[in-house]
Amino acid sequence: MMFPWVSTEAQELMRQKIGLADMLKGGTIMDVTNADQAKVAEEAGAVAVMALERIPADIRADGGIARMSQPRMIKEIQDRVSIPVMAKCRIGHFAEAQVLEALGVDFVDESEVLTPADEHNHVWKWDFKVPFVCGCRDLGEALRRIGEGAAMIRTKGEAGSGNIVEAVRHMRMVQEGIRRLTVLRDDELMAEAKNLGAPVSLLFEVKRLGKLPVPNFAAGGVATPADAALMMQLGAETVFVGSGIFKSNDPKPRAEAIVQAVTYHDDPRKLLEISMELGEAMAGIDVAAIPDEKKMASRGW
Amino acid sequence: MTLPIGLLALQGDFELHRRALASLGRATMPVRRPAELAAVSGLVIPGGESTTLSRLIDRAGLRVPLADFAAGGRPILGTCAGLIMLSSGLDGETRPDWHGVQPLGLLDVRVQRNGFGRQVDSFTEDLDLDGLAAPGARFAAVYIRAPRITAVGPTAAVICRRPGGEVVGVRQGRVVGLTFHPELTDDGRFHALLT
Repeated sequence: MMFPWVSTEAQELMRQKIGLADMLKGGTIMDVTNADQAKVAEEAGAVAVMALERIPADIRADGGIARMSQPRMIKEIQDRVSIPVMAKCRIGHFAEAQVLEALGVDFVDESEVLTPADEHNHVWKWDFKVPFVCGCRDLGEALRRIGEGAAMIRTKGEAGSGNIVEAVRHMRMVQEGIRRLTVLRDDELMAEAKNLGAPVSLLFEVKRLGKLPVPNFAAGGVATPADAALMMQLGAETVFVGSGIFKSNDPKPRAEAIVQAVTYHDDPRKLLEISMELGEAMAGIDVAAIPDEKKMASRGW
Repeated sequence: MTLPIGLLALQGDFELHRRALASLGRATMPVRRPAELAAVSGLVIPGGESTTLSRLIDRAGLRVPLADFAAGGRPILGTCAGLIMLSSGLDGETRPDWHGVQPLGLLDVRVQRNGFGRQVDSFTEDLDLDGLAAPGARFAAVYIRAPRITAVGPTAAVICRRPGGEVVGVRQGRVVGLTFHPELTDDGRFHALLT
């Protein structure tokens, strides 16, 4: 039993939750702020959309408290497209998550892009039928979220920055942590569980599988087809694109190009062909110039 | 030498199909380009998003080559979105353009996408053993935002049903379509139809 701390029923339900994440593999998930953008995303070939009121680049610029989006806006998007619709709740805000579940969203993102509601505890995701995705910076954080019931993990990256550097750092940290477990002896895993701050049963599972027990996606800073290909080659199974599409000068062709780049991520000639027609990507921000207290990635623990 | 089985690797859970076929001792090969179809003995169209698969099939120029592949008598297994792509048409759509999904018309069935609802309506249920063409013990079928089969034409044969009789699997020649995901469970009976 991978999760002895929850009921057998909850563990069986987990297979269905992970199942939807499996269906999204090899795809692109796009942030959208209204039904028209959602339609552009679906027509470009997105496997899902993330419905939110303001994309991370604008949340960053506007300041203030960022909360769950208006249900009416999410509903309009659900009515407009047939692909899965995801929405974000604040870290630890299980009541927002309950509202999103009642609305029938297909995935809840417990997201550091919104202002955290609880500085100690994340949502106990086992209490829900809707699957959750959570961000992480390293293996320990990924396994804590999976222990709480997350059915999909994504890197945090630095949302709204248009800068891939943090997503690369987080993906490499997770992959390095996984590779390390595969060469440790069983009698070393308890000490490693202490170092990682993660349940030892999940360390044994990762050692056995050589990968996370749930799909591992990339997010936070993807702006170009080459960014998407980079994350896929580093081990991501799907790519989230937040501000990168609708903050660019050419959302439609860029969305199509990123979808193609994920499919053909290991074919440089095809990537060249895909990238040839595009205009300027979003401007982006040097992550080193963002003060630590303004970094979204440091929210959550 | 036996050719590997192809996995249509444009988008979806083709890695899980690779694992399922590997447990039956079968080698696989990803297919993303028309020429690659010549190197495989059969093909899986995996679960994924039908709106995405349909567009990527056309952008890759695979629509006609896939029809030729089926006409050549080589086996194809489509699960969930794969069945939608194999079907001859869609019912219950909210838009006249079917959200851009253009089925390949290789199976004489019509389907309704997301026929049970959204993800919160996904479920797991044993298949009806009486009608199960693949004999043996119980088969736990996982339905994820699954399509429903709304009509089965005269040239397609029913191969499995839910308790209560709803058709969830059909076969026409060597083309098989299922509304559920055998690749999510460790049971190779449906994948064996490809070998």
